[in-house]
Amino acid sequence: MSNEGDKTIGSGRQSAFTTFGTEAAWLAGLTGWMVLGAVIIALALAALMVTASRSREGALTHRQGMRLVLWAGGIVPSVVLLALLVVTLPAMRPIRAAGDDLRVTVTGEQFWWRMRYQPAGAPPVTAANELRVPVGRDVVLALEGGDVLHSFWVPGLAGKMDMVPGRTNTLVVHATRAGRFRGQCAEFCGLSHALMAFDVVAMAPAAFDAWLAAERRPVTTAAAAGARLFDAHGCGGCHAVRGTGAASAIGPDLTHLGARETMAAGIQPLTTANLVRFIREAPAVKPGARMPAYPQMSAQDATAIARWLETNR
Amino acid sequence: MKRDAPRGRQSLGERVRGLRVTLWTLIVPPTVWAMHFLFCYLWVAVSCAKLGAFPRFPIAFVAGTLAALAIILASGWIAWVQSRTPGDDPPHDEGTDIDRLRFLATATLLLAGLSFVAVLFTAAPALLLTDCR
Repeated sequence: MSNEGDKTIGSGRQSAFTTFGTEAAWLAGLTGWMVLGAVIIALALAALMVTASRSREGALTHRQGMRLVLWAGGIVPSVVLLALLVVTLPAMRPIRAAGDDLRVTVTGEQFWWRMRYQPAGAPPVTAANELRVPVGRDVVLALEGGDVLHSFWVPGLAGKMDMVPGRTNTLVVHATRAGRFRGQCAEFCGLSHALMAFDVVAMAPAAFDAWLAAERRPVTTAAAAGARLFDAHGCGGCHAVRGTGAASAIGPDLTHLGARETMAAGIQPLTTANLVRFIREAPAVKPGARMPAYPQMSAQDATAIARWLETNR
Repeated sequence: MKRDAPRGRQSLGERVRGLRVTLWTLIVPPTVWAMHFLFCYLWVAVSCAKLGAFPRFPIAFVAGTLAALAIILASGWIAWVQSRTPGDDPPHDEGTDIDRLRFLATATLLLAGLSFVAVLFTAAPALLLTDCR
């Protein structure tokens, strides 16, 4: 696949078998053992049934039969299930978060994700539709529902957790290897529920710190033609681009949109053509989204805005 | 139990066999299981709500669980002794007092085994999860 292909939904990027987090890795391992155990039990049962159907009547005494029922039907299953319970329960215990862990408030909105990075001892940084996490560090995800129920699910990282309006659910994750992965909404939330995804980028800690520092900076292109058009068409009524006058929090923060690989909440590669189409016909790309269509906007203006957004990296 | 068991034990067994057996005694083990189940939920909910944290030394919980297991064991032991009342071979489906006793006792014994395991399975999460989230 080309680079372009990698930007779209690549195979394995959103799979519980392509793990990059401790919780998902444990779950994948457990699944493997469970399947193996189930196959062994099924084969043993089949062998027992074949043996039983071929045996002469009275091959087992009543006492032997009762003993077989007691062990194979009672004691062994109880012990196996208890062992499974004892082994798996500690894994259900959430990772303990420390006070100085990076905290990211992820808010599910129809149909995108608000990401608010809150590193210890520094002001927060707002972004959207892309979650970046440092490898090897615990990250506390504070999950909130902005409008309706959503569910945060990155299969390769950890189990899913609901995002409920009015309350904060905490999920502590720990990425184990760098790479670009994907998550998506796992609770039906409206027309474009299936189009509500996001990229997850696990990075080396130093690279993550550098990225966060870059993400924190406002844009320096406020005087560009695209920026003026962005303002003139009223885009700032919903979106924020730090460094310009646009500071609304209704729609996704677009400050460093150019640094993201996908757009429209993880459903399209970030290209000028895709941006132009989304700017002018958002409801066609994402039915039910709150962003209206702008048929009156000329293609030149939309292209200028798209190019400007792309330069803000 | 062997035939040459001590005399006191045998007379205890005979006394146990003389206990009244009804459908109510049959449901003692599953009822204890259900109450223990409820107790687990209440204990965790009250602990989390009042203390804000999972108690480190769950004495009340361990005591409650041990009590539940003890009642089930006692009920199972009584049922086991009663099920060994001398009589015909199974099935115990005659309309006689002895068959009625042995049928109810065997059913109670099986329910006690199930309830014992169930209480353990219910207690394990409460002891191992240790988190209010």
